[in-house]
Amino acid sequence: MSNRYTQLLAKLLATAAIAVSSLGLTGCGYNDMVGKDEGVKSAWAEILNQYQRRADLIPNIVNTVKGEANFEQETLTKVIEARSKATSIQATPELANNPEALAKFSKAQGEVSSALSRLLVVTENYPNLKANQGFQDLRAQLEGTENRIGIARKRYIDAVKDYNVSVRSFPQNLVAMVVGFKEKPSLTVENEAAIKVAPTVDFNKKP
Amino acid sequence: MWRPLSATTQTLRTVLISASLMLLQTLVQAQDLLPVPALTGQLIDQTTTLTAADKTALNTQLSSMAQQRGSQVVVLIVASTGIEPIADYANRVANTWKIGRKGVGDGVLLLAAIQDRKVRIEVARNLEGAIPDVTAKRIIREAIAPAFQQGRYAQGLDAALHRIDERLAAEKLPVPSAQTDGTGVNGDTGFSLDDLLPIVMTGVFVGVFLRRMMGGFGSGLAAVGTVFVAWNAGLALLFAGGAGIAVLLLSAIFGAVGGIGGGRGNYRGYGGGIPFPSGSGGFGGGGGGGFSSGGGGDFGGGGASGDW
Repeated sequence: MSNRYTQLLAKLLATAAIAVSSLGLTGCGYNDMVGKDEGVKSAWAEILNQYQRRADLIPNIVNTVKGEANFEQETLTKVIEARSKATSIQATPELANNPEALAKFSKAQGEVSSALSRLLVVTENYPNLKANQGFQDLRAQLEGTENRIGIARKRYIDAVKDYNVSVRSFPQNLVAMVVGFKEKPSLTVENEAAIKVAPTVDFNKKP
Repeated sequence: MWRPLSATTQTLRTVLISASLMLLQTLVQAQDLLPVPALTGQLIDQTTTLTAADKTALNTQLSSMAQQRGSQVVVLIVASTGIEPIADYANRVANTWKIGRKGVGDGVLLLAAIQDRKVRIEVARNLEGAIPDVTAKRIIREAIAPAFQQGRYAQGLDAALHRIDERLAAEKLPVPSAQTDGTGVNGDTGFSLDDLLPIVMTGVFVGVFLRRMMGGFGSGLAAVGTVFVAWNAGLALLFAGGAGIAVLLLSAIFGAVGGIGGGRGNYRGYGGGIPFPSGSGGFGGGGGGGFSSGGGGDFGGGGASGDW
């Protein structure tokens, strides 16, 4: 009698094991990780998109500011240098998976942010620039781009966190190991602090 | 006997403690930032800046904009945005509300922080073409700032809304379809049919097994269980019922093919596996009147900020 029960129990357990594994694989394991991986990729693409947008804006700003007589050359040079340094780094999708390269890239972009914010603060001393509608428009665009960069970075950090949690937590980590989903590096807080400087600059400060 | 158990208990305790610490951390972080106010209407004044007459006028303007353009423009007036820069707060609020029609994503948030003397126009991604940053900045500089400097807040907002409306009119946006657009928020149950497969598969496994144990009643039991699981997972009752029927049929077929419990094929006697009243589906009916978010707005930081 008890033999029959053990047999039943064994059957039940085997069925449950198969059911659970099938549930784990198709339901919330692999597909889930694929979705999150794609989420990280698109968040990364958005960051690159916004950095590119900023890199495209800088020459216009530099040219406008150059027209101003006696403009501080040093701040201007710093912006140009920071931009060329940042754009010299090839921003491939693979870069996002390499912690050192990502940190380097992020630092270079952070330097562009701080150089630009310094430039904008300095322009406050030039009444002609403040009255120049074209420059004010460029400034609004730059401000918007910096803001978008901040949001894109925040979203990227969230996406990577989401993905990493999924890849590292228990049932999925086995699937991730087999299929080759690795933990991804995120953007660091130090970078975040450096970049956060830009949006807090008050572009319309009254004297 | 208790030794191994206590080790488990300890692990469990560690897990619980770290989980509660994480929760605490989240709470502390959340405390630093201002809460996102409830979206009670198209005009929310948390201060006493506007008079009742101002509010009526602005509300009329906002609702006529919503009717004519379909776009969802919301005005929020707060005293201060706290430690957050106005751009961050505006983005957080807008992305929480997700104002803008579903599928169109046309939302605009006009936020004024009276004590901070800061204002922001936050534009949803899909409207960044209609209202570029430069335009938003000009609206702030030309329409809002001069009026706000003189304390004429209602006039400033009125002028800004007119300018926004002009831009929305110039953009070829889809025509609003008789009010129902905004309320389709609950259409997405957050559960896709992909998730149904594992549930049905599990149900069939269990069903075959139970059927061998106790015949047709086992299949029925598995079917009912499947309906429950699918329903709890957020699936509409109709689909959950369908999953139950699929489990019932498949487990009967597979069970019969297995041949062990053959001859007890009277599973039909136990009904279709939908013993629930099929009236109330899983949809929490859309709002009755008033303003509700279309849920389509995605805000990526477009717009502009300024002060006065």
